[in-house]
Amino acid sequence: MSTGPVNPITLERPPLSDTLRKHSPVIMLGTLLLINAIFTSNFFTIDIVWLIIIQCATIILTGMGQTMVIATGGIDISIGSQMALAAVVCAHMLPYGILPAVIAAIIACAVMGLISGFMVGKLNVSPMVVTLSMLLFARGVAQVLNDGRILYIDQYKNFEFLGQGKILGELPMQIIPIVIVVAVVYFIIEKTAWGRRIQAVGDNPTAARLTGINATWTIISAYVFSAMFAAVAGLVLVSKVGAADGSNMGRLAELDAIAAVAVGGTSMAGGRAKVMGTLLGAIVMQLITITVVMNNIQYEYAQILKSAIIIFAVFIQRESRA
Amino acid sequence: MQQEYLLEMRGIDKAFTGVKALTNVDFSVKRGEVHALMGENGAGKSTLIKVLTGIYHKDAGTIIFDGQEIAPKTALAAQALGISTIYQELNLVPFQTVYENIYMGREPRTPIGTIDRRKMIHDAREVLEGMGISIDVQEPLRQYSTAIQQMVAIARALTINAKLVVMDEPTSSLDAKEVEVLFAVIRRLREQGIAIIFISHRLSEIFEICERVTVLRNGELAGVFNVDELDTQTLVNCMLGRAFTSAQRNKGAYAFEDAEELARLESVSWNVRLNGIGVDIKKGEIVGLAGLLGSGRTELCNILFGAEPPDDGSIFWLDQPGDIRSPRDAIRLGMGYCTEDRKVEGLFLHLSVKDNLTMAMLPQLTKNGVVQKKKQDAIVQQYIDRLSIKTPSSEQLVRYLSGGNQQKVLLARWMCMNPKLIILDEPTRGIDVGAKAEIESLIQEFSAAGISVLMISSEMEELVRNCDRIVVMRDGKKLGELTDEQISMDDIMDTISHGASEILTAKEDERT
Repeated sequence: MSTGPVNPITLERPPLSDTLRKHSPVIMLGTLLLINAIFTSNFFTIDIVWLIIIQCATIILTGMGQTMVIATGGIDISIGSQMALAAVVCAHMLPYGILPAVIAAIIACAVMGLISGFMVGKLNVSPMVVTLSMLLFARGVAQVLNDGRILYIDQYKNFEFLGQGKILGELPMQIIPIVIVVAVVYFIIEKTAWGRRIQAVGDNPTAARLTGINATWTIISAYVFSAMFAAVAGLVLVSKVGAADGSNMGRLAELDAIAAVAVGGTSMAGGRAKVMGTLLGAIVMQLITITVVMNNIQYEYAQILKSAIIIFAVFIQRESRA
Repeated sequence: MQQEYLLEMRGIDKAFTGVKALTNVDFSVKRGEVHALMGENGAGKSTLIKVLTGIYHKDAGTIIFDGQEIAPKTALAAQALGISTIYQELNLVPFQTVYENIYMGREPRTPIGTIDRRKMIHDAREVLEGMGISIDVQEPLRQYSTAIQQMVAIARALTINAKLVVMDEPTSSLDAKEVEVLFAVIRRLREQGIAIIFISHRLSEIFEICERVTVLRNGELAGVFNVDELDTQTLVNCMLGRAFTSAQRNKGAYAFEDAEELARLESVSWNVRLNGIGVDIKKGEIVGLAGLLGSGRTELCNILFGAEPPDDGSIFWLDQPGDIRSPRDAIRLGMGYCTEDRKVEGLFLHLSVKDNLTMAMLPQLTKNGVVQKKKQDAIVQQYIDRLSIKTPSSEQLVRYLSGGNQQKVLLARWMCMNPKLIILDEPTRGIDVGAKAEIESLIQEFSAAGISVLMISSEMEELVRNCDRIVVMRDGKKLGELTDEQISMDDIMDTISHGASEILTAKEDERT
């Protein structure tokens, strides 16, 4: 077959801003570290690393699920409530043993995810509305189960090890769920056909259907996984705190998760999932708090700074107009 | 005394981050002429237009418009000078009414400063009637066909007192009749002394409506011609910069009389669009669906592919009742479907060439759910080479490819599945001449390899060139079938109008 005249292919190459976009989470993390190197005394200590791992755990775990959901073109704002639900279910089940408690918590959330996924994927209801109702529903169930009290679980020392323990000397236990969940999601997104389908459905649902993809199941699966990871985050949190508070646990956790995804470079319109980006995004979000606190600035300023970072991240990742 | 030329662009240079998109291009348009701007994708047509309309800023050269040197900084500034553009994707608001669309952003005011709706409605009606279009301007725009929407866009340009109207592929989504309406409007504009820059990939339209042609190639001026003194071959050679021969189906006697049947639709009805139509496709045969827009061609393909369930009728696959309830079922049987609108229904724009190409094939490329990268890479490379898809790498995002290369990726998506039937809805729309020829010769290769093809094209020449049999449709019914030497433009047109009169008589019979 003959080739046509050589088109100026360079014109069709991604512009410079694409390169910037691709590496923006790394650039932001680098900038934050640089700022700390200059302004924060005693920043580069191993304790800071442990602190980041402990404090980032819930954002990373929920962010992973959120990455999958957002990649399908949806959003899950119910994960904070899911965390609380998992914590309360776990606290109730602990008398029957750690494993039953953990499994029950994860199943409870998975059912919530299944309902959300069904309504979005099968009934085509707007994800924002579905998960907003689920936010209220899961929180309500958690509070009912709690009966207005805070359930203390400090007698279950073995369980508390999950959130407070150390392994290999000083390494916080949280590293284990983080590594497992990040590895699992990275594997799903990058290596499996399912991961490709998640992104395909988010990118172009019509084309996905015409390519033989079962969009309904793909969407449902993303919400179920998001809920299950939220459950894991809730378990990590409850074991760290030592008490399950159905009313307040995980409040606004969805915002941190969504922010981590946005900063990480996953397209908010769906279609492009950046698992490692979300990991970095979560660390960036937490690092801002740590930086502010360590420099004796009021915590409120951290929020202002976070908002600026989120806007900046979304700004440089915006679609260039064709 | 007015100058002969309304627009003179001289020595235009434009580069993007060091890559030259336009080099020393001259382009001039006379008053009241329809001037075609031609060239392959990437030749610099849109860049030149964007420089003219203020979206890009030229690096060098002069633009003289209506006797004055201009350098518009924004599209709005160009508009104020009298240069209006009708874009391929219409920039109108479908949920607003026709008259609101015409006056959007510059609504006439009453003395107390509120919007003067009565004047808007009156004026809008007048402008459209001046173009020979009478519609209810108070209806939302989306009620009307693409053609009418295009007329509204033109009306909008006229109310801004445009002296020059740029039309970027205005006919790409119109059927033959609508194109006639558009051309009538264009002729009227020409009589009023308005100049038109007409961009189209359809050569026949250039010869029908344009007076002069400017051809660009690789960002340089390749030639300016008077259409009267021009033939197709010269024009195409000029665009490509090389001699060019188009694929042509060997038009012998119809060879599929006794061939085994692959698929058959029987008295299929759907919505109001399909009314008991039956079509069959033989193994290795290229069947074309001809008809005007709205005749039910796309709907027929959707039903065969399982994208829509038929209200009535049945589908047979290899003479067995085909249980096709979703595209998945159709794909399992061995079908592939390249839809009409690449970007809306075909491509995953944010994913790579590799992912786009293998999306349908993934089930065969996975082992325990994991994509086998080596196998995937090998297939992708094989098709990039075979179809000469121009891409820096298989990881390139598909949205950075040109239209022709995107279409090749979609064809490859189904070719790699070893299909039995490929359905092609407007396979060459918006694609430059070179890629078009490549795609047409691929269609011939399919047939040679025993793959059946069902294709729709609004360009009848394309059907005539490629098909073994053409099914002519109208109002969701089959009007007739043409084979071998019957296949010609005239025969198709005849069948459409003959069938139409038949329907009329039938209706009259009902009345009596």
